[in-house]
Amino acid sequence: MPAETKKLRVEIRPRPAREDPPWVRRLAIAATLAIVALLIVIPVVNVFSEALADGIGAYWANLTRDDDTLHAIKLTFTVLPFALVLNVLFGVAAAYAISRFEFPGRAVLTALIDLPFSVSPVVTGLMFVLIFGLQGYLGPALRDDGHALLAYPVALLLVAVLAVAYAIVRPRNRRARRGLWKLHPALVVAGGGAAVFALAVAAQRALGVWPSGKSLEVIFAVPGLILVTSFVTAPFVARELIPVMDAIGPEEELAAVSLGASGWQMFWHVTLPNVKWGLVYGVILCTARAMGEFGAAYVVSGHIAGQTDTMPLRIEKLFQEYNLPGSFAVASLLTLVALATLVVKARLGREQARRAKGTP
Amino acid sequence: MGSAITGVMSVITDILFRAAIPVLSLVAAAGCASADGGSAVELLNVSYDPTRELWRDLNERFTASYRKETGTTVRIKQSHAGSSTQARAVIDGLGADVVTLASYLDTQAISDKGLIAPGWIDRLPDRALPYFSTVVFVVRKGNPKGIADWPDLAKPGVEVITPNPKTSGNGYLSLFAAWGSVVLRGGTREDAIAYVTKLYAQVPVLDSGARGAATTFVQKELGDVHIAWENEAHLEVAQSRGELELVVPPISIRAEPHVAVVDANVDRKGTRGAAEAYLRFAYTDEAQELLAKHYYRPGNAAILKKHAATFPELRLFAITEIAKDFRDAHKQLVAEGGVFDAIYKPR
Repeated sequence: MPAETKKLRVEIRPRPAREDPPWVRRLAIAATLAIVALLIVIPVVNVFSEALADGIGAYWANLTRDDDTLHAIKLTFTVLPFALVLNVLFGVAAAYAISRFEFPGRAVLTALIDLPFSVSPVVTGLMFVLIFGLQGYLGPALRDDGHALLAYPVALLLVAVLAVAYAIVRPRNRRARRGLWKLHPALVVAGGGAAVFALAVAAQRALGVWPSGKSLEVIFAVPGLILVTSFVTAPFVARELIPVMDAIGPEEELAAVSLGASGWQMFWHVTLPNVKWGLVYGVILCTARAMGEFGAAYVVSGHIAGQTDTMPLRIEKLFQEYNLPGSFAVASLLTLVALATLVVKARLGREQARRAKGTP
Repeated sequence: MGSAITGVMSVITDILFRAAIPVLSLVAAAGCASADGGSAVELLNVSYDPTRELWRDLNERFTASYRKETGTTVRIKQSHAGSSTQARAVIDGLGADVVTLASYLDTQAISDKGLIAPGWIDRLPDRALPYFSTVVFVVRKGNPKGIADWPDLAKPGVEVITPNPKTSGNGYLSLFAAWGSVVLRGGTREDAIAYVTKLYAQVPVLDSGARGAATTFVQKELGDVHIAWENEAHLEVAQSRGELELVVPPISIRAEPHVAVVDANVDRKGTRGAAEAYLRFAYTDEAQELLAKHYYRPGNAAILKKHAATFPELRLFAITEIAKDFRDAHKQLVAEGGVFDAIYKPR
């Protein structure tokens, strides 16, 4: 067995670069540098040089004197946290489900998580228009009585929260169950969920929480931007977490449970700390992508200046107005944020490597 | 390890906290908006791309005059993108109070879905046209190819820049203008087909939009003549520092950017009064002068005459002179299987 391992190691050991003739090394390095310069460095530098073409004063004025630009910056930072929170919740739940449980539809779910990556953002935007648009499924109802419809998602949210709470605190002792609860627990859970849902809707109606006859704007308004941004960035956190959770395996979690940890304790003290770097990476990538989203946002934004224009849309609009310095000023801001996320990612990587060495 | 978790958690709570601020401010803003809705009205004007500065100026004047007249403060939001994109957005629920789109086709498409009552074109003066425009030529300094009229564009060695009629409103308007320049001067349908065949054979790049065509002509310095809307042509020449010149042909098409109140939306929001006043304001002398300043031909004949130096007289033909209406012209010349498909061969 040891001999076999050794042999395998020899086979997969990468060939050191110094074994290649010098011209191969130099050519490879030169080609890489040239491509990086051509495709990455020159355009990025160009963004900043165009933005600063009229001097730093004009650059600052372009960013701060234009109300629509300021609003676009604010809007981007309003949409971003929603997308992040939604995707952290979704990503952790999806990754945990996929890496820890066998269930029917697991392969389908794994494939579906990647769907937002493979669907063109424009198509994403059109999908939401088809759902929420006036000619779509929900549009007419939203327009006539949109606020009243909010009772349903709120009730659904309540059911979801209760379900998670139940999963955390549920009694382990199955023998305590009686009657239907013993025979068909799934039926009881489903019935209970439906009852809570119905009660919650009825209660909201009775209390008059939502005004009736008031239309609710989803697309061509901020909620639509939040929805499409969350959709296009949905895979990032899950994609980062699934391989990490797969690699770590369930052993530590099983140990925790066997030592008497509750589900929540296990998740909070074992699972989450193990995957935190994956989570942080996912959040960073999600941030960069969410801020830059253009295609889907373009379709559902409605292009209302000072209301539904995010930073990328504002850049395009300024460009269309022949305001190149203004356009590149906003572009430079987005680029800066992107560069900053990369720096943070690199630092975290080093930090992680350091810690990994410290605690083998 | 424990401190790392608290670290991550504090980052997450921090993010959540930061998220809460804009959410709360949004909610607060929504509350305020509904609270002082009594004497303030918000209108959304959904328009096409190059009219941003025009409506910005007009909005300022209208807001002041409306406040003086009625004591009501109007806040006008503007939305700009390609004309057809905008029509589609209004159809899909973009809450426009008024639409000021580039072409009859787009406004009519919204009306077809029942959002604008039929007969909208007769509810405002001059067939709902506070201003109109046309397509003209921009040529290089000194007009080296001697371009003065449509036939000059088909002369050998002349390169023409115009966007794709399939994808651009600007593009099909140029095609209609070229077509009309033949058939309205006694040419037959065959003559017109021969002419546009030659014309589009001299287009080196068929850009998908007006902006792209302008970039090709001005920045990349490709082509000898750029067919453009009159207002954009004026801006292009003004920005060129003497490198470009404007040529107005003796005949061209009358471009009609109709305006309309979106009935379904104003009735729902209770903004009909302000929306109608807003569009009617565009017909006042003050607004008409402003339109002329932005190089759009004012609908008011007296004010148009005053600016005769900017807007030389030419024969402007209506779309009805070359087809039944816009839709018919589009179907015959541009749509699948139309004239353009038959004559255009990509280089």
